[in-house]
Amino acid sequence: MRELVIFVVMLACAAAHGRPVPVTVDEPYIELHTGPGRGYPVFHVVDRGERIEVLGQRTTWFRVRTVRGKKGWVHQEQIEQTLRADGSAVDIERLDLESFSKRRFEMGVLGGDYGGANVISVYGAYALSPHLSTELSVSQGLGSFSDSQFVNLNVVHQLFPERRLSPTFTLGTGVIRTQPRATLVATEDRTDQTAHVGVGVRAYVTRAFVFRLEYKSYVVFTSRDDNEEIDEWKAGFSFFL
Amino acid sequence: MESRLLLLFVMLCSVSLPGCALFGAAPEESVDDDTTPVVIDPGIERRDVKRPDIDRENFELSAYAGLISIEDFGTNTVAGARVAFHITEDVFIEAGYGASEGEETSFELLSGNAQLLTESEREFTYYNASLGYNVLPGEVFFWGNRAFSSSLYLIAGVGSTEFAGDDRFTINVGAGLRVLLNDLIAVRLDVRDHLFDTDLLGTDKTSHNIEYHLGFSLFF
Repeated sequence: MRELVIFVVMLACAAAHGRPVPVTVDEPYIELHTGPGRGYPVFHVVDRGERIEVLGQRTTWFRVRTVRGKKGWVHQEQIEQTLRADGSAVDIERLDLESFSKRRFEMGVLGGDYGGANVISVYGAYALSPHLSTELSVSQGLGSFSDSQFVNLNVVHQLFPERRLSPTFTLGTGVIRTQPRATLVATEDRTDQTAHVGVGVRAYVTRAFVFRLEYKSYVVFTSRDDNEEIDEWKAGFSFFL
Repeated sequence: MESRLLLLFVMLCSVSLPGCALFGAAPEESVDDDTTPVVIDPGIERRDVKRPDIDRENFELSAYAGLISIEDFGTNTVAGARVAFHITEDVFIEAGYGASEGEETSFELLSGNAQLLTESEREFTYYNASLGYNVLPGEVFFWGNRAFSSSLYLIAGVGSTEFAGDDRFTINVGAGLRVLLNDLIAVRLDVRDHLFDTDLLGTDKTSHNIEYHLGFSLFF
């Protein structure tokens, strides 16, 4: 049943493809590769003045079709040297450090250690300004004696958004649910509220790819006499749109 | 007298010759004058740069089916789905979910009616997030001169596996082959090892659960 649903979604996606963009070659020639990568062989060249249609983009490679119907992949640097119908150069967004500082949405995965347990987090972020963003994360902690799931909402301040490497500061709150392991004598599940502060580093790698490292200090407001304090270290990667 | 005549002459000049306007007329009028040579036109219209609307196909959605050997619990079919985002031509990140079921251990089979796990505890599900690297881009020749673009990739990631009533932190490592059937559809063959620590059979150990599967994927 699930496979069927996926197949239907696939068909819907395939149907949603847009129209090709016609351009004219303005270099002495451009090279068509068999696949979207520098390792794929060049099998065809298109001379200056000839028209090609740009059908799609995958990373920095463009799927094109020549007037003779040959299909291949052309690198972004060569596509930028072609002209559109009105004579203007084809302008394509370059994903670089500047687009990183102007990003709106970001998604990522982090893994690490949460008070001795392994932890995996998935997060989505929305940038309110180049410096400030808000994040919603869902995490699963997998320890020897208990499992936990937690949801966090926080505000992240990025000190130097225009630089490749920038420290970040985090402040947030959340809810944690803890379940003891099935192989242990059954104790009750519990749900508690948490608050956390953190520091981290965000490093822009390439295109839409970002590396993250962070430390957070949690306070779990338990129903017992004492609050619990937990340290968390995580590293991971994210991409932005 | 002479100076009056000179003044009159200059006034006449300033009225009749626009070129001499600098001497007689107010300076602001001279700027507005059409014949003043313009060095830089400050009123250039901003060019309206419109980016072409080209389809982006950086996401890859796929469904797969295959076999997984669950350590101590036999080999069974596995099915799953995953979505990948291609960051560069070399690197992609992927999130996946798969499900299978554990068979009976050899102890359960030999002892007759001893049951270590209930039916629902035998369900084996996992999710993971992985980072893949295309190491060998190339072409695959299935027959004659018909070539398909392909890439061999290495992949590793972290995730969680639910089995025997518990979730376990799981590391997955593996390799795969992606063959592009056309520009948007690919076939993927994967071999993946899921590693997690377990104390299910009394002693702590790292369990290796090797999975191999065949999948179809679509770029969008």
